[in-house]
Amino acid sequence: MTSTTRTLKVEGLRKLVEELRARGFTVIAPTVRDGAIVNAPIESIDQLPRGVGDQQDAAHYRLTERADGAYFGYAAGAQSMKPVLFPAEELLWRGKRDAAGAFTVQPASNEGGPYALLGVRGCDLKAIHIHDAVLTSRGFSDAHYAARRAGALLISVTCGSPAGTCFCASVGTGPRPSEGYDLSLTEVIKGSSHTFVVAVGTERGAEIMDALGASTASEAEMAAADDIAKDAALNMGRELNTDGLKYLMYANAESSHWDDVASRCLSCTNCTLVCPTCFCTSVEDVSDLTGQEASRHRVWDSCFSEDFSYIHGGSVRESPRSRYRQWITHKLASWEDQFGMTGCVGCGRCITWCPVGIDITAEAAALRGTPSKARK
Amino acid sequence: MTSTVSRSGAVAADPMVPRTFTLLSTHADTRDTFTLELEPTDGVRLEFRAGQFTMLSAFGIGEVPISISGSPIEDGPLIHTIRSVGGVSNAIVTSAPGTQLGVRGPFGTSWDVTDAKGGDVVIITGGIGLAPLRPAILELLAERDQYNRVVLLYGARTPEDILFGDEMRKWADRLGMTVEVTVDNGPHGWKGRVGFVTQLISRASFDPAQTIALVCGPEVMMRASANELRQRGVPAGKIRLSMERNMKCGIGLCGHCQLREHFICADGPILTYEVLAPLMQKWEL
Ligand SMILES: Cc1cc2nc3c(=O)[nH]c(=O)nc-3n(C[C@H](O)[C@H](O)[C@H](O)COP(=O)(O)OP(=O)(O)OC[C@H]3O[C@@H](n4cnc5c(N)ncnc54)[C@H](O)[C@@H]3O)c2cc1C
Ligand code: SF4
Ligand code: SF4
Ligand code: FES
Repeated sequence: MTSTTRTLKVEGLRKLVEELRARGFTVIAPTVRDGAIVNAPIESIDQLPRGVGDQQDAAHYRLTERADGAYFGYAAGAQSMKPVLFPAEELLWRGKRDAAGAFTVQPASNEGGPYALLGVRGCDLKAIHIHDAVLTSRGFSDAHYAARRAGALLISVTCGSPAGTCFCASVGTGPRPSEGYDLSLTEVIKGSSHTFVVAVGTERGAEIMDALGASTASEAEMAAADDIAKDAALNMGRELNTDGLKYLMYANAESSHWDDVASRCLSCTNCTLVCPTCFCTSVEDVSDLTGQEASRHRVWDSCFSEDFSYIHGGSVRESPRSRYRQWITHKLASWEDQFGMTGCVGCGRCITWCPVGIDITAEAAALRGTPSKARK
Repeated sequence: MTSTVSRSGAVAADPMVPRTFTLLSTHADTRDTFTLELEPTDGVRLEFRAGQFTMLSAFGIGEVPISISGSPIEDGPLIHTIRSVGGVSNAIVTSAPGTQLGVRGPFGTSWDVTDAKGGDVVIITGGIGLAPLRPAILELLAERDQYNRVVLLYGARTPEDILFGDEMRKWADRLGMTVEVTVDNGPHGWKGRVGFVTQLISRASFDPAQTIALVCGPEVMMRASANELRQRGVPAGKIRLSMERNMKCGIGLCGHCQLREHFICADGPILTYEVLAPLMQKWEL
């Protein structure tokens, strides 16, 4: 932390959004759309889901009302910030071909941004840093992600009201992020007092706080924020035992449990679409009717589809059980070998949005041979 | 190579954007396999190591991984040998000379055949699998006296499917390579061997303690070959296999080619049997 903790009142939060917009940022924040929390561009804090909470469980998601008028009183929404920095479809290049068969390639440039991401959960913040490792830290980088990411400002929030599918505390990513943000808010509501305790993570964040004239947080305000994080950590709906998880997964590659999962899994790909760390993509070529103009697009893909592993003669992972095993093994085990970190940030989305309620924490517990903690 | 990012949001040096190469010629090797010579439109030769591949695209149709089959040590065009099996490969092999194709790469690991200097080299392959090995063969034959025995065991479905037949004869007759060819199905009049290439391993002449083995083919064939080699006493760490997986990027980003913790495009395609054995033994990994 490069600076002292600050506080903002509701008016301060309003000014923060105005300041970010004045600095040229597109502010992306939680909003309500179609009965769910959805990240979208906002112009003012009036578009935040004020007084909205949520209820989540396996295959269950519902918004609720909160009497306290909290701005960030819900857990992980349907999507993380993944679609902002790593959109589901990205133009890579366009090309034109002449009659002789020669063609020229025009690389795509990025439109939109720079982005200020406001209200990023601890789980989703970690997921961004995981994507940094996956997409920009090795031999080759995703140039579009890198460009968007370089300009992005990250403002996280402490999750004060975790949902029934949350388990960030087990994997150490929340409920209050400890690093990796420019600013990190904890919303504290006590009677008529409504404040945001703001931890400052970077010089850039400090400078914005200075510009807003944010006051230094008092001991009492900081203690109140600590309590919110502590309480939330005790209120996680689920738990994942990470002890020796990699070895557990590798050792169980041929467990009969995969047949059990396969009897329930629909291979619908929902889990991979909502997962903030899943990064698999495909490319699609599109050409016009004359065949003289074409473009190539990078699109999200999923290891749950049969085509994903197709090679001439057949798919490597033909059976649904092998595809579920690939997904969970990648998240909880091989990710560690690949990137030195786990691929699951405990957001619980795959549990909430699975139509048949398959639960990553329960499947891992079943492989371990222990009952899982599902709050019901 | 990492990409540079400019503040304006422009994307520089995107490794997903291909270079263009002009097709100089296409030669039919067999009824379904063709060797293509390609020249970079920007004049910059594509340097590569034996065993590496490119992501090759037909404009507006698609992009597929194809190994380089030319010489890594001699100057010349980019050479690919392609079996037409579906949409993209067919569009590439039927392109008219003068057509431009998209090329990204080279990507992936190498056969590193020069490690075998002073010892024996056994090459086991079948069908189109000879194409990715040709650069390694050319590399070692160029310094033939640096190696002891050099053995090529090659299998094809039928005599008509034998790839680089004339060249194999030259390697055997003039360049000091032992070449054994077998076919799965021999018609009347075929005087050569009939049977699977893996059956040639037990009788082949090499010193298992001083051998590097290079294997490329369908996974069942590679597993059987590796088992035979192990039985002969070749250490698993000296058996190199070229793995085939679906590949959409070639650079470790799309996730398609994963074999548990390995990105086959970047950590492979060539990996040792020591690394692969425990993974190849599990179903549908
Ligand atoms: C590292 C590597 C090197 C290769 N080198 C050669 C070579 O030198 N010569 C050669 O003829 N072939 C080679 N192949 C196989 C070649 O990539 C496939 O034959 C080709 O992708 C088939 O595409 P298609 O559209 O013509 O066929 P379809 O059967 O129509 O395939 C549809 C799609 O599935 C994927 N796909 C299908 N088969 C394969 C496959 N075997 N490997 C990876 N993706 C596949 C591709 O994305 C393809 O577009 C190599 C594969 C890999 C992984
Ligand atoms: S695997 Fe499930 S809980 Fe873990 S990060 Fe992905 S969606 Fe969230
Ligand atoms: S779990 Fe599946 S879709 Fe997600 S990153 Fe891993 S391989 Fe890709
Ligand atoms: S081909 Fe994309 S990660 Fe290997």
